[in-house]
Amino acid sequence: MGNVLTIILQRLALGLLTLLIVSIVIFVAVNLLPGNFAEAILGQGATPDAIASIERDLGLDQPLVTRYFQWLGGVLRGDLGTSFAQANFASFSGTTSGATTIAEQIAPRFGNTMFLAMITAAIAVPFSIILGILAALYRNTVFDRATNIFTLTSISSPEFFLAYILILFLAVLNPIFPSLSNIFEGMPFSERVEKSMLPALTLTLVVTAHMMRMTRAAIINLLASPYIEMARLKGLSPMRVIVKHALPNALAPIINVIALNLAYLITGVVVVEVVFVYPGIGQLFVDSVKIRDIPVVQACCLIFATAFILLNLTADIMSILSNPRLRHPK
Amino acid sequence: MSEEPLVKMRDVWLEGRSDETWNPIINGVDLTLAKGEVLGLIGESGAGKSTLGLAAMGYTRDGVRISKGSVEFDGIDLLTASAAVKRELLGKRIAYVAQSAAASFNPAHQLMDQHVEGPVQHGVMGRGESEEDGMELYRKLRLPNPDEIGFRYPHQVSGGQLQRCMTAMAMSCRPDLIIFDEPTTALDVTTQIEVLASIRDIVEQFNTAAIYITHDLAVVAQMADRIKVLLKGDEVETADTRTMLSAPTQEYTKSLWAVRSFERPLKPAVQTGSTPVISVQNVDASYGTVPVLYDVSFDLHAGRTVAVVGESGSGKSTTARCITGLLPPKAGQIMLDGQALPADYRKRSKDQLRQVQMIYQMADTALNPRMSIGQIIARPVEFYLGLKGAEKRRRVDALLEQIELEPSQYYHRLPSELSGGQKQRIGIARALAAEPKFIICDEVTSALDQLVAEGILRLLARLQDELSLTYMFITHDLATVKAIADEVVVMKDGRVVEQGPKQEMFTPPHHAYTDLLLSSVPEMDPDWLTNLLTERGVDNIGDAAVDKM
Repeated sequence: MGNVLTIILQRLALGLLTLLIVSIVIFVAVNLLPGNFAEAILGQGATPDAIASIERDLGLDQPLVTRYFQWLGGVLRGDLGTSFAQANFASFSGTTSGATTIAEQIAPRFGNTMFLAMITAAIAVPFSIILGILAALYRNTVFDRATNIFTLTSISSPEFFLAYILILFLAVLNPIFPSLSNIFEGMPFSERVEKSMLPALTLTLVVTAHMMRMTRAAIINLLASPYIEMARLKGLSPMRVIVKHALPNALAPIINVIALNLAYLITGVVVVEVVFVYPGIGQLFVDSVKIRDIPVVQACCLIFATAFILLNLTADIMSILSNPRLRHPK
Repeated sequence: MSEEPLVKMRDVWLEGRSDETWNPIINGVDLTLAKGEVLGLIGESGAGKSTLGLAAMGYTRDGVRISKGSVEFDGIDLLTASAAVKRELLGKRIAYVAQSAAASFNPAHQLMDQHVEGPVQHGVMGRGESEEDGMELYRKLRLPNPDEIGFRYPHQVSGGQLQRCMTAMAMSCRPDLIIFDEPTTALDVTTQIEVLASIRDIVEQFNTAAIYITHDLAVVAQMADRIKVLLKGDEVETADTRTMLSAPTQEYTKSLWAVRSFERPLKPAVQTGSTPVISVQNVDASYGTVPVLYDVSFDLHAGRTVAVVGESGSGKSTTARCITGLLPPKAGQIMLDGQALPADYRKRSKDQLRQVQMIYQMADTALNPRMSIGQIIARPVEFYLGLKGAEKRRRVDALLEQIELEPSQYYHRLPSELSGGQKQRIGIARALAAEPKFIICDEVTSALDQLVAEGILRLLARLQDELSLTYMFITHDLATVKAIADEVVVMKDGRVVEQGPKQEMFTPPHHAYTDLLLSSVPEMDPDWLTNLLTERGVDNIGDAAVDKM
């Protein structure tokens, strides 16, 4: 196992390095956004003096490099900074809450996003893999084609369209689930799940195609290998050949696609959040970009990047662990 | 024989699909196998032996179909039987042993899990009982640590042991019939003996009928009661083993028997004091931190062939990599005409690079599939000799003529349009294009059928005489050594264990390991294996013989 541990530590170190580079990219990119917070806040009444004064208060007059290291230092201490909008100008913006630091502001939103992602994953991952196995088993049959058409159609449709279709059929015509997902703190778990059902189903439709098709392709890819022929010549049932003999060897690519899709569930769900009025991090992010609230935008980006890197890291490690040569060295 | 045969194949026609058309693979072959009988099925690659063997199980690979004929197993018509009926037979009454055990065991599961799968799924035995039976079979097949080896993963077990584990797996339900599909082709000669002996024992012990598919006549002579010879999908002849060996009736069979007759005349001994073309001096090498070569030294003199022999993993190819500079040695040096060569090929001059060329084992992968034959040969002509235009074309044409391929026909073809032997000839022409003094031939005939291989050996011998080339011939096939070598270097575990002129190496007394190698090469005598095992002591074959040294 020593050798697996080394690989994992290497990947971890690489992940940290990537995150550092990403932080630079985020910082530079966000600061290149046209317009700035002072102008956005002051609107029509912006005088050069007022702008300069706000910039001085927020430290925006410092050189970029200095600001980067101040920000990075803060992040390393666990301090994501203070939202511009929350700082001294809360009265100007529409956002109201008692939160003063970005961490306090983001934490509940991020929790909600994670909750939705987990519910979706709990539905979508088993669903896609089972569908993929069945499609591989009944390859080139009507079932296989129908599955492909269904998943490809759902991935090709815009998310908001899928969302409205689901609302129409599952909330309006057959009132099974609520169409609004305005969850809040202190809500019981079962009610949270029920309220999150429609956005979770919408996202399931979006992510199923990739995972299902990769499962199908990875399995079919192995069906020509000698050990599959051997399994068949041992008189095993087709289902057993696929589940017991092909699937364990097809895991690495499947795991990677699952990770990519889970990352998407955390970072790319803003449209679905808006449609269902779900208070996730995506909405906060878009609002902050609108008013050039740079510290919040940076914090969100950093969280997205971390989620992405962590998920890919997990996928890498799991792919490595799925290889018996590494789990059981000679 | 009054008893009803176990397998009855009548007028079987098999077709394979390529480019949207069905091409014949087997043309109306009959095959009958009695209970407990072993039938050898031999032929060159492309003869359709494997396809026929699988058809005897009622199984065809994707893109192959049985277009006509009947296949009966113990009175059951396998061609009309439902998938469920066939699944009930496969694994339980008919089992299969594949060529490459390393590829045919599932890498994700322990050997024992795969062993018990058949008996458990077919309801023959429970898991516990089947595991114990598995260990018993491992013991019968003389595997080391029979109680423990089943709980390893395939990659943790050596090739020869895996092949025996697969035979055990085939035996797990005590089938009536086993198809052995070239089970020892991928193994070294010393390992092959163990596997052959184990297979023969266990088949006799359980009175299992078998179809033994191979291209190696000497192997089939040890294993089979009867032999059937196939050529391009047609049956050439069938006879019991002893008759077939002593009195083959067909020309083709006779030619197969005669293949190993090629042998070059002996050359006079090297003059003392002459400078060798290449001299390997005290070379140590390692991959990363794993040492692979220890103090390897030998000389290669002008116009002569040095065969480097040994089992896989003995360091033959690594030595070649050191000579070419692909793997700079950790210690020692390589001399070319008495001058030390830089260890790393990047530091060698163009002329030094030109003098050392290589021909590879797999001509398929050593030729760029997107380049025409003309381009492939022209590249070194231009790179090393700086020839351009018409001059370059003339040189390429001359090279093609040297390897006995008509320039106008082959210049514009792609490698995929050539046969295996022709591709290997292109590999030779490419090496010659640099006008080298020294060529390393790395197992150049081991992927070829015997007749084709002999053609390549004859060509190499002729070129050596014409151009006074020096060859280093890496091989594990001692028949090739006998045919072409002047001197022999025997390697084992990264060391040279014996070296000297061929005639000395092939006359006793040998070094113990050379003796083991030589005596392990199957001979065309059906009693060879039995005699050898008696000589070595039955429980003391292969592994044990190696350990003794």
